[in-house]
Amino acid sequence: MTAHALPISAATKAEGAARQARPDMLTLAIENMRCGGCLKSVERAALSVPGVTSARANLAAKRVSVAFEEGRANELDVIEALKRAGFSAAPMHAAKQDAERAREKYLLRRVAVAGFAAMNIMLLSVSVWAGSGGDMDASLAALFRWLSALIALPTVVYAGQPFFASALQALRGRRLNMDVPISLAILLATAMSLYQTVRGNEQVYFDAAVTLLFFLLIGRFLDESLRVRARGEAQNLVSLQSGIATIIEADGSQRRMPAHALAPGDCLLVAAGERVAADGVILAGSGEVDQSLITGETEPASASPGQQIYAGTLNLGNALKIEVTAADSATLLAEIGGLMLAAEQGKARYRRLADRAAQIYAPAVHGLGAATFLGWLLLGAPWQTALTYAIAVLIITCPCALALAVPAVQIAAASRLFRRGIVVKAPDGLERVAETDIVVFDKTGTLTLGRPQLLDEEAIPDEALAAAAGLAAASRHPYAQGIVAAAGKRQKTMVAADGVEETPGRGLARAGAHGEERLGSAEWCEVAASSGGSEVWYRRSGQAPVRFRFADTLRTDAAEVVGALKRRGYPLALLSGDRKNAVETVAAAVGIETWLGELRPAEKIDWLAECARAGRKVLMIGDGLNDAPALAAAHASVSPASAADISQRTADFVFQGQRLAPVLEILSTAKRARAIALQNFGVAFCYNIVAVPFAMAGYVTPLIAAIVMSTSSILVTVNAARLAGGGRS
Amino acid sequence: MTALAWLVPAALLLGGIGLLAFLWALRSGQFEDLEGAAYRALEDEPADDPARRDEPQ
Repeated sequence: MTAHALPISAATKAEGAARQARPDMLTLAIENMRCGGCLKSVERAALSVPGVTSARANLAAKRVSVAFEEGRANELDVIEALKRAGFSAAPMHAAKQDAERAREKYLLRRVAVAGFAAMNIMLLSVSVWAGSGGDMDASLAALFRWLSALIALPTVVYAGQPFFASALQALRGRRLNMDVPISLAILLATAMSLYQTVRGNEQVYFDAAVTLLFFLLIGRFLDESLRVRARGEAQNLVSLQSGIATIIEADGSQRRMPAHALAPGDCLLVAAGERVAADGVILAGSGEVDQSLITGETEPASASPGQQIYAGTLNLGNALKIEVTAADSATLLAEIGGLMLAAEQGKARYRRLADRAAQIYAPAVHGLGAATFLGWLLLGAPWQTALTYAIAVLIITCPCALALAVPAVQIAAASRLFRRGIVVKAPDGLERVAETDIVVFDKTGTLTLGRPQLLDEEAIPDEALAAAAGLAAASRHPYAQGIVAAAGKRQKTMVAADGVEETPGRGLARAGAHGEERLGSAEWCEVAASSGGSEVWYRRSGQAPVRFRFADTLRTDAAEVVGALKRRGYPLALLSGDRKNAVETVAAAVGIETWLGELRPAEKIDWLAECARAGRKVLMIGDGLNDAPALAAAHASVSPASAADISQRTADFVFQGQRLAPVLEILSTAKRARAIALQNFGVAFCYNIVAVPFAMAGYVTPLIAAIVMSTSSILVTVNAARLAGGGRS
Repeated sequence: MTALAWLVPAALLLGGIGLLAFLWALRSGQFEDLEGAAYRALEDEPADDPARRDEPQ
């Protein structure tokens, strides 16, 4: 059975439900578990924590389930132990995936039962058909038909449930969906066959009914397992983003805890170089913060007590004390929340390719079936014959291309993208992205890396760089880390200096044998001629100061990707919340002619709405909190794995790594997936055009119909598998 | 022809055993991590490895 070989990405069964029932169970998402060796290392690392009684890693889901004795170990111990072993882990705090996984298993069980029944009934009915008119005993044929009935009836009742339930729901809502003709064909064929078996006639088609059910269930299962896998990956990404926060207890003691466990009213301590884990108000401390993830603005902003601060903000200066507030009281977040809601409602109106086809197809199927039945009755045929022909028409027209072909194509496309580090989050995202005809980029964190990088590195003398790096190694400030990285790149043997003192928000100082060394702001190094901007000075007493300038640099292949998109004929635009001159520089560097700066989230949406009114379908690529509404409003959206939580949750695709090339991969895979899905519709359509007239004329028995239908299903699946080719990149 | 009297039940029984074995495997969580299972088969560690004690049931 093909279903066995499918990668089922569900995490271990014990996960969510058990976690709620037993407080000593924990599930962690592991970012970099990729091979069998990692699997064992993760389990060993988790087991090394005292109090942990068992650990079982799941490689497909990239998670580990840990059981520990209450009180002897906690979440944080395990996370720290895994970190020491080289794995970044984060607790999963969503148990809602259980319901989806249960649904996946519900379908898989029915696939198995229908498969078993289909094979055995086929065995019996092929012998009956082969023996009919020959030397087969009539009573033996009758016995075989009864045996078939015995297998088919419970199977139809059990395995047909997903279709019956959905059809019933559609009929209650006075609609027609594809499950209505499917249910009708299966139920009519079974009832008719039972009637004929009782009367001892030959026209028995249990085989057709059950085979149809088997193939349709495989399609449903593929669709569902793609959905579960996509959601699981998305949840892992979101959990890994949230990280760990330090809180200050009422008695003044500090405690580290997972960010998701923070509650309004908690007092949060954010050290220099740390990201703020929750939205809040600054209680104490002031200095500079980098809000590029929130607003797209790369120039540091000042922060002072009483000011609102958002999750994702990077603290550049002094340690900040923050009181966590509920998200809904925040002005920017409230605005973004409102915009998101409106944008998502717009997107919910999107109808998938298969649904749109079904809308036209379902009434046609019913019409043809009814016409055949009535037509033969009017021509004077007995009602059993008329009904048999009508069933053949229903089976022939049964939408296997719709039920199987599209999910098969999508699962092949999604696994191809997955191997290249791209997570497909929305099941219909591939269809939407293939329709887009304009690409809109955000600047900070999307075209650029969103991290300060040292500028004009070559101009800085080796000596100064090495000395500055020696000081900088003592600090977690992003600029300091940028200097250390630059020194490392030049392969200078860098010695981390002793006795470095950090004055938060100002700089580093060290009293050495050759006089005092300082690294920090212009003021700190007593440099008068400061031009402002993102810069750090290094000064050794008695020597000229050296300036280190920082800027957010482009992703290495940004210009290349923009060029490739242009060659493919996509109009491009750059929408940013950053200052106009910064946007202009980046636009010129990558070669985008249309650019707009200093945009508020609502203005980004207005721009996209303008596009939509002009009939354009926008692919939005962005990462910031301020991009989230635009990501939701765009026809399709992509965000990097470094993006803000809310953006990753909104985007249809999330790509990992430093390069922008995955955007090209998404576009080309989506286009190929659509082409193959349309080919599949073509195959199914041609075969209907040929077969339906024969079926209506009564030349096709339901058995032949079932066989022909199965062949077309296999053809369509094999066609879809072409997409999955290509190795890991 | 009389051979059919036991051949047909035998065929159904064998098929049924296969089906039940699959359903049992599904229930006992053996299809939860197909990628990891491929590597676990190559492990040399003794069966009482503590990591394995927690077989999901």
